[in-house]
Amino acid sequence: MGLSKDSTGLRAAETELVIHKRDASDRVAALCGNPNVGKSTVFNALTGLHQHTGNWPGKTVTNAQGCCTHKGQGYVLVDLPGCYSLQAHSAEEEAARDFLCFGGVDCAAVVCDATCLERNLNLALQVLEITPRTVVCVNLLDEARRKGVEVDLPALSRLLEAPVVGASARAGEGLDSLMDSLEQAAAEEPPPRKAPPVSYGPEAEALIARLMPACTRLSAGKIAPRWLAVKLLDGVDESLTRSLSIALGTEPAKDPEVSAILAEIGPDSQRLRDEMAACTVRRGEEIARAVTKNSAAGYSRRDRKIDWVLTSPLTGIPVMLLLLLGIFWLTVAGANYPSRLLSEGLFWLGDWLKGFLTSLGAAEWLTGLLCDGIYKTLAWVVAVMLPPMAIFFPLFTLLEDLGYLPRVAFNMDRCFQCCGACGKQALTTWMGCMSLRFAKGAECWIFQVDGLKKRCYTILVYFLKDKRAKPLSFREYTLRKRRSQTGQI
Amino acid sequence: MFPIDDKHQSRLSALGRGQAARVDALLAQGAMRRRFQDLGLITGTQVECLGPSALGEPWAYLIRGAVIALRRADADSIAIGPAFAAGEEGLSLPPREADYGAL
Repeated sequence: MGLSKDSTGLRAAETELVIHKRDASDRVAALCGNPNVGKSTVFNALTGLHQHTGNWPGKTVTNAQGCCTHKGQGYVLVDLPGCYSLQAHSAEEEAARDFLCFGGVDCAAVVCDATCLERNLNLALQVLEITPRTVVCVNLLDEARRKGVEVDLPALSRLLEAPVVGASARAGEGLDSLMDSLEQAAAEEPPPRKAPPVSYGPEAEALIARLMPACTRLSAGKIAPRWLAVKLLDGVDESLTRSLSIALGTEPAKDPEVSAILAEIGPDSQRLRDEMAACTVRRGEEIARAVTKNSAAGYSRRDRKIDWVLTSPLTGIPVMLLLLLGIFWLTVAGANYPSRLLSEGLFWLGDWLKGFLTSLGAAEWLTGLLCDGIYKTLAWVVAVMLPPMAIFFPLFTLLEDLGYLPRVAFNMDRCFQCCGACGKQALTTWMGCMSLRFAKGAECWIFQVDGLKKRCYTILVYFLKDKRAKPLSFREYTLRKRRSQTGQI
Repeated sequence: MFPIDDKHQSRLSALGRGQAARVDALLAQGAMRRRFQDLGLITGTQVECLGPSALGEPWAYLIRGAVIALRRADADSIAIGPAFAAGEEGLSLPPREADYGAL
């Protein structure tokens, strides 16, 4: 999540995604995967500080690009938004699908969670259908080991017919092998597959075979013909129609050869689509079962008990209030002492600075501007703002890393349902509450909310809340402090 | 919204905490139907109900190793049948005990 300068203002309206290559020979690698699989950890570990965040064109979905070099070859890594599938239910999925299909990607890496492989393979299989230059990275292996889940990586590679790399991005393991595999995928033509990633059953496969000549002609080498055929059978939604028209210069569904074949399916199309969706799921299930041992340990008895304590009707709300109030109290009470120390220290320094400048013979207007104006204001900001932020954000991040925040959204969802929103907004509300003490951080959460309408509601509620609990501007604070010191009210 | 008919008597919303069932049919249409299918809720999928949230809604379900929260209206649109007994053949691959624990 990044509300950066690049993602706002005029540049937010850019309609073309610009890949920032350091060198013309740089290869473009897309990084995709389900949310919370450690994709950003992999991305950050590989690119370090050489990142550039912005928005996907026309969408308020964060786009992060970064550069790295591996064995003398430069790469531009594009961190795609987390999604469960490329069916485009949301802006994130649309952005991910469009970039993979039409963005001029040299290779792709799908990051999977070793503790929940079955669901992650749904996306991996869809990406393999789009581009054969795909590497599957099974991340969170340390987490899986801890939970007793074992993944047979060579067997997974054989079944997927794609290179598979194991990684624990947090510990920095496996990243070199990932880059080696990406290098190979981008440089060499992958061997022809023995079987497609997903086989859709005899009826659908027959239709795909009939559509292949037309699709090969329409795709003109820009996208995989089989993928186009599968999408045409699946029912091309509006967003995909738009993207295909732009990329191919034509609407494939309207092509006479294609529409003749599609017309034959007629009323049976729903059943066919269901069967095709089920094939992908079953293939993922089949593969996950073949390569994973003890997958039940992923959601163990211990996890169940903890979740029951955190979300049950009896204990869920009390635990939540305890935790949130606890953090609030720690922030407020804990920040007082460091704030006082900082303000005393910085003001002492300020007075010394003023004395020093005066002794050098500086004019009064200059010392006034520099010491009473710039320095003192800065000192107030640091003394008042820094300690609560330094306490609150690490505590909040700890809660986030522990995985508690989805439980908050789960508990609070019912309250937000009546406004047409969902539990995720509970987090923005909470950040808004924290604005009682210091400047808000809720902006960054607003972009986590799906849907334009919900975002507008969130922003409206946030500003209404903020009006009541508006923190003083620094000028007002300084004036009030001054007045109280001189006895004025 | 999804009237009970002869064919689809039980709905997912009828499951109690700790109970398991098998998905018989999806009654939702359009984007919601695709979303359910992406999450792995296809005919034959085993689902275990984990319980309600603190305020009574939504409910958590264990679907293919992942815990998913579904609102009552959405759970109402999923028709269920009895869970697989050991050895019974189903529409999907029969479950392994280790995967789904005690059913």
